[in-house]
Amino acid sequence: MPLDQDSNASKRDFKVVGSRPMRPDGVDKVTGRAKYGADLYAPGMLVGRVLRSPHAHARIKGIDASKALAAPGVKAVVTAADFGSVRRSLRDVLENCLAQDKALYEGHAVAGIAAVDAEAADAALALIEVDYEILPHVTDVEAAMAPDAPLLREDMITSGMDPAPTKPSNIASFMELGHGDVAKGFAAADIVIERSFKTEATHQGYIEPHACLASYAQDDSADLWCCTQGHFVVRDTCAQLCGMEVSRLRVTASEIGGGFGGKTTVFIEPVALMLSKKSGRPVKIVMDRAEVFKATGPTSSTAMKVRVGATKDGRITAGAAELCYQGGAFPGSPIEFGAMSAFACYDLENLHVSGYDVIVNRPKQAAYRAPGAPMSTFAVESVVDEVADRLGIDRIDFRLKNASRNGSQSAYGPKFGTIGLVETLEAAKAHPHYSAPLAPGQGRGVACGFWFNFGGQTSVALNVQMDGTIGLSLGTPDIGGSRASMCLMAAEELGIPYDRVRAIITDTASLGYNDTSEGSRVTFSAGMATIAASRDAVVKLCERAAKMWGIPADAVVWENGEAKPSGSNAGEFDPLSLADIAAKAGNTGGPIAGHSEINADGAGVSFATHLVDSEVDQETGQVKILRYTVIQDAGKAVHPSYVEGQFQGGAAQGIGWALNEEYIYGEDGKLQNAGFLDYRLPVASDLPMIDTVIVEVANPGHPYGVRGVGETSIVPPLAAVANSVSAAAGVRLTHLPMSPPRVRAAIDDARDGGKLAAE
Amino acid sequence: MTKVVLSGSLKAKAGAEPELDVDARTIRELLTILEERYPGLANDLEQGVAVSIDGQIFRDDWYREIPPDAEVFVLPRLAAG
Repeated sequence: MPLDQDSNASKRDFKVVGSRPMRPDGVDKVTGRAKYGADLYAPGMLVGRVLRSPHAHARIKGIDASKALAAPGVKAVVTAADFGSVRRSLRDVLENCLAQDKALYEGHAVAGIAAVDAEAADAALALIEVDYEILPHVTDVEAAMAPDAPLLREDMITSGMDPAPTKPSNIASFMELGHGDVAKGFAAADIVIERSFKTEATHQGYIEPHACLASYAQDDSADLWCCTQGHFVVRDTCAQLCGMEVSRLRVTASEIGGGFGGKTTVFIEPVALMLSKKSGRPVKIVMDRAEVFKATGPTSSTAMKVRVGATKDGRITAGAAELCYQGGAFPGSPIEFGAMSAFACYDLENLHVSGYDVIVNRPKQAAYRAPGAPMSTFAVESVVDEVADRLGIDRIDFRLKNASRNGSQSAYGPKFGTIGLVETLEAAKAHPHYSAPLAPGQGRGVACGFWFNFGGQTSVALNVQMDGTIGLSLGTPDIGGSRASMCLMAAEELGIPYDRVRAIITDTASLGYNDTSEGSRVTFSAGMATIAASRDAVVKLCERAAKMWGIPADAVVWENGEAKPSGSNAGEFDPLSLADIAAKAGNTGGPIAGHSEINADGAGVSFATHLVDSEVDQETGQVKILRYTVIQDAGKAVHPSYVEGQFQGGAAQGIGWALNEEYIYGEDGKLQNAGFLDYRLPVASDLPMIDTVIVEVANPGHPYGVRGVGETSIVPPLAAVANSVSAAAGVRLTHLPMSPPRVRAAIDDARDGGKLAAE
Repeated sequence: MTKVVLSGSLKAKAGAEPELDVDARTIRELLTILEERYPGLANDLEQGVAVSIDGQIFRDDWYREIPPDAEVFVLPRLAAG
């Protein structure tokens, strides 16, 4: 049945949607009953370990595992040679799981081993002999772009350049976008500000390391339990890498201790499967923290230039940016999304953004909440703030004057539909935070941010149980409270209390395909499928009630959880509840279930405005965040507590990115801080209570008006914090993270030389 | 004929004009025409692209109709966390 599309959907009178019930997985999580990736065990299970390159860049001339295989307790060794050829789109995935002719970064997996216990596996790991030819390395994005930089891939010619280069380089691709005439726009400006910026790579920082258990049977079927954001994608990827029929591999997603985009691909899963296949025993691999840092998805580090011109009355006449993102040792940094997002908050007549996708000797970057957008937004919003200040215009008024609105041409091309940026800016201006007094040495920052959001393939099954309760089968791992949100939407449609619906995440054999839980898509797309499945069940419930009454099905309506006769010829019957109909299901046609298999499109883009106050210690350069407010358009908040949680989580991670988190490489190309002692995540004592304001501008593409909320919240913080710290320090900070040494150096430079820019 | 714009890296890979005239009634027809006309897009089309029709972004829906006067952009396939 077609789902209604209504631009006022979020204003309708909801009964349970919008309430804040307890999450169904809450008890398990607070009592320790919940099973995470490392909590699965199987009889006869072996311990898997991964041998990793100690070198940043080295040719692998040979691997001799004979001594390891002869060691006590060792049951199998695998290398890239154990995997067959795969289609083009999976070649990099496989090479990242196990190196082929080259180790491309320190920590690159070279071989896997399975033994009867951890001691045997660790001892045998040291017996695998790898003949390395050490090669020159490069880890910095700008250094990698230099003509004399060491090449990671001797045959890589930059794509997207006209004319195409004749020599190989570390620049995988070049792209441009924009519209209008920027030269004309800058010529019309009364003020033009241009600055250069750098951001360092950060890790998604999930607390739970990657873990999996693979059990391969002699009939070439297998089970895989793992910690992932998308077990259907893990299944399809692993089956192709391991040469299996997809239907012979069943994957079960564990509970997840954070992913944030970093658990949308595979690392150890194909290795564990192949070890299990070769050994004939279940194999479990659990990464330690150093492996997580060295071999799983950090973000890109970047080097950027941004130029903004404006007239005295505060109208931006042109915007331009040059963005360089490194994506680790493989092409595929999120440069396109950084470029598309950079100026998305502004309605510009003249825009030009160019971008370079660069490879370096670092781990392959993986998605991290709104990949690519936080960095470019940091650069643009820093310059926008400076232009507003130079013109003497209130920073929010300046943004409102130039803000993207309904019908504005987006920076990436299409015209925006119904969007809520202006509403977030107006809410920010009216918020008490914006007018609260600041003490000397303190600064206030404001920044906006944008993210696309998307939908995708989704399948949901809804089973009516014999007592009238509902079992909801979902295929999107719950990474942010989605089971509660799905229960709320099913309860809303069925007209029953929330606690009569119970949701689980099924394995891949029990439900149709589902795309990964990414792209802020789950409440939007799984919610849409849940609504559709509920409506499918309601049709069937009405048909059963009609049978029980002996009247036509179209003479039955569903209201408040009951079937009622409707119409002049329907007759007089007492309403039948869901439980009444379910109890007789076996006599009226068998089990009652609703289904939905959809390709959810129509995800609405979303915008946010963040406010932050900070204080800078002029002696040490240390920054203290004093107050933080997130204002974001959610379309419709199905479970407001979890929407607020997403807002707060994005802000907290963004604050860490802005202030302290940083991959630090030595001259040897090795990561110097692969642990939480030296890689400084923000902890509770570093942060104030993060205030939230939910703006609801309904997304016309969803029956309740839902927009994704999980990613937009990390887009503004880098810029908002930088603007706040720059105001407090009295000098523009242009290099993230703004760690104490970097802030102190910027203050010293400004005092000594009157420089405006740090570093 | 529908005006179609290839966005970002796709334009350079295609070696195409900024704006194309394409006679396509659905996303599938549009992608087929692009595949035939621009071999440089083969890799991107194999891995998937996104198509914006009047501001609404579609990733996989081949049979979504393209209205005659629609504003159509072909975008890199969206990835996310």
